[in-house]
Amino acid sequence: MTIDLTQFHQTFFEESLEALSDMEAELLRIDGHMSGRRVSDEFKADNESLNIIFRAVHSIKGGSSTFGFEIVANFSHVLENLLDDIREHRCKTTRNLISTLLHSCDCLRTLVQNSQNGINTLPADIDKFQVNLENLQETGCEVTPDRRRKTRGIDKNNIGNWDILFTPNKNMLSTGNDPVRIIRALKNLGNIKSQLDINSLPSWNKINPEYIYLSWNIDLLGPVEKSLIENVFSWVADDCVLDIKRNNSVHNPSASRPEHAIDSGTGTNAPAPGVSGNGLEVQSIRVSTPKVDALVDLVGELVITQTMLSQFSEEITSESIEKLQLGLGLLERNTRELQESVMRIRMLPVGFALNKLPRIVRDVSTKLGKKVKLDISGEGTELDKSVIESIGDALMHIVRNSVDHGLESPAERINAGKPETGAIHVQASQKGGSVVITIEDDGNGLNRNLILNKAIEKGLVRDDADLTDEQIDNLIFIPGFSTASQVTGVSGRGVGMDVVRTRISELGGHVEVTNNPGSGTKLTLRLPLTLAIMDGLCVKVGSQVYIIPLLSVIESLSVPEHEISRPAGGSELVPFHSEYLPFLKLYKLFNLSSAIKTTTDGIIIIVESENKKIGLLVDEIVGQQQVVVKSLETHYKRVEGVATATILGDGEVALILDISTLTNLVSHKHYQDHMLKAAS
Amino acid sequence: MATILIVDDTASMRQMIGFTLNDASYEVTEAADGNEALEAARKSKFDAVITDINMPNMDGISLVRELRSLADYKFTPILMLTTESQDSKRKECKEAGATGWIVKPFNPEQLLNVIKNVLN
Repeated sequence: MTIDLTQFHQTFFEESLEALSDMEAELLRIDGHMSGRRVSDEFKADNESLNIIFRAVHSIKGGSSTFGFEIVANFSHVLENLLDDIREHRCKTTRNLISTLLHSCDCLRTLVQNSQNGINTLPADIDKFQVNLENLQETGCEVTPDRRRKTRGIDKNNIGNWDILFTPNKNMLSTGNDPVRIIRALKNLGNIKSQLDINSLPSWNKINPEYIYLSWNIDLLGPVEKSLIENVFSWVADDCVLDIKRNNSVHNPSASRPEHAIDSGTGTNAPAPGVSGNGLEVQSIRVSTPKVDALVDLVGELVITQTMLSQFSEEITSESIEKLQLGLGLLERNTRELQESVMRIRMLPVGFALNKLPRIVRDVSTKLGKKVKLDISGEGTELDKSVIESIGDALMHIVRNSVDHGLESPAERINAGKPETGAIHVQASQKGGSVVITIEDDGNGLNRNLILNKAIEKGLVRDDADLTDEQIDNLIFIPGFSTASQVTGVSGRGVGMDVVRTRISELGGHVEVTNNPGSGTKLTLRLPLTLAIMDGLCVKVGSQVYIIPLLSVIESLSVPEHEISRPAGGSELVPFHSEYLPFLKLYKLFNLSSAIKTTTDGIIIIVESENKKIGLLVDEIVGQQQVVVKSLETHYKRVEGVATATILGDGEVALILDISTLTNLVSHKHYQDHMLKAAS
Repeated sequence: MATILIVDDTASMRQMIGFTLNDASYEVTEAADGNEALEAARKSKFDAVITDINMPNMDGISLVRELRSLADYKFTPILMLTTESQDSKRKECKEAGATGWIVKPFNPEQLLNVIKNVLN
């Protein structure tokens, strides 16, 4: 019988990566307790943390060796030995050691991911590190002699016929072993002739039915290898007197070992039950994403059908269809509930994106010699899986920036009258249809002079520009801007906040900065709950209906043609509160002839993306509705200004506008002109 | 058919063992830690138990002790999943009342041989 083990691989990879996250979290927890100590100071970590870490590596080792991932198995074996020494307090726990273990965790993660991707070579740096780990385990820790692994040689010459004397301890049955089974196993090795010895049998009234009072004298005619016989007895080696002799040697039945007492007082304590760590533990089922996506598509269709039906019912006004309308109302409610519950399958606690932050803070602050306390709250707030996966890097970048640029050194902080340890507070919460994540530090805030000079120096702003404080703060989001006065290894590698902003707007969200010079910086990320369904404003241009994501809509206004400003050489600007905004005529962009061409007759929708506002000229607003986002990519080539499409209630396809691209179409240069104009 | 309780905190091991034994027409119940296993064992009597040692909430050795204190499990074969580096653990297992062990890594055939042997 063969069983295909590859069917269990995916589960193994997933649980291994999860175990590594747990391990990392525990290491960081231990590290947190050690903060302020010197790197070589010893620390007694609590046993439950060490057990969790040990278990993680131990499980990965067991799984990887079973499923044939040798490289992973070898590495985890070395690491497990070291962890065992730490757990048994044969090894000093220091911050240095924790750093080593964190690095081991990274290496192991790489190896697991490599196996997952079918890479079966050991990267050179990990190989080197593995040797270091081995050395550390053997020299750095005091290893007691009995821990050295015994090598069991195979006795190839020890083959022949055997005479076996087998006297079980009285209570052998209490471990679930049975002499009958053992003798039967011997029978599988060769011919046996068994003689029962009942000399130790007590009188009837003294017999305890749970005890064994017998012994066996067994002739095993092979030829059989001695080690195979020992194997049969391996489980009961300590529970019996066993004498294996070649051929017909005389045996001495008198030898008897002391009974093996079960000592319930010693042994490991069961780890205390309880919820560990971050409180994110959720009862979960694993569902493959394609399956969920199919379900989401299906529900999308259902929503469309429902919309179609209700539009149809409005057209017939006979009283006889009152019932139909009632039913449709019910259908609508059911559909919405079904839709909500299906969407929830894709929702995950945002903690999955936040749990990488403690490690970043630890690594960066250690490197820079800063003291930082990271405080995370609201990690249970749920967000769509794809959103969570997409914001991880952006969050890491922001937090890295906070530690690197935002927070001051301990000395500077004391001088400024602040506590020596800087604080970063990350908070997630749901506000209406979106999730808001704020990252706030109590550092020095953004230095506006420095930012403005840098921007002027890089030609991003004219040197005679007169910008408001808010406008200056927002310069950090402009591509090519890097605030680091010198490029550090930590942040300031050219990719900066502009990448963060781009990433967030791709998701249909936006990011804002609030600057309090001297007392800190706060970044606010606003993200849609899901990417599959969104609220949209339906607008008509000519014969076409377009959807504008509601999150980016600010206002709609009707502007008489004579109020449109036309600066010499510039494009047309629409007055909006105290500003003048550029605007796009959608009919021009999409080549629609039969549309309204003047602002007097049409409507201007003010939209915002990446902190840039523009107007869009449309014919009329049709309404507001939830739209199911359909992908266009597989069937059509990408069209500038169009993100995806949806199907309307009447079965027509409507394109969903990509506001981020549209605002960028209005050139950056133009935007600056406008800012200058607005300021003057 | 014989009923077997599998206890392991890693899903992939549980699936592998469960699949193998199911395939050989044993009736399998899975538990993710000692607590779950004990609860299952109290509800119905299993003919054999296979358990991992390192588990959260209740580890394998405590589980063996608890099971042996139940009248139904006084003589039931209880097999521990161990790795080679756990020589000292084996002694501890035996003292707690374990029947024997299955050394990781093992393949499905080895597992079935061991199970066949303890189930008469």
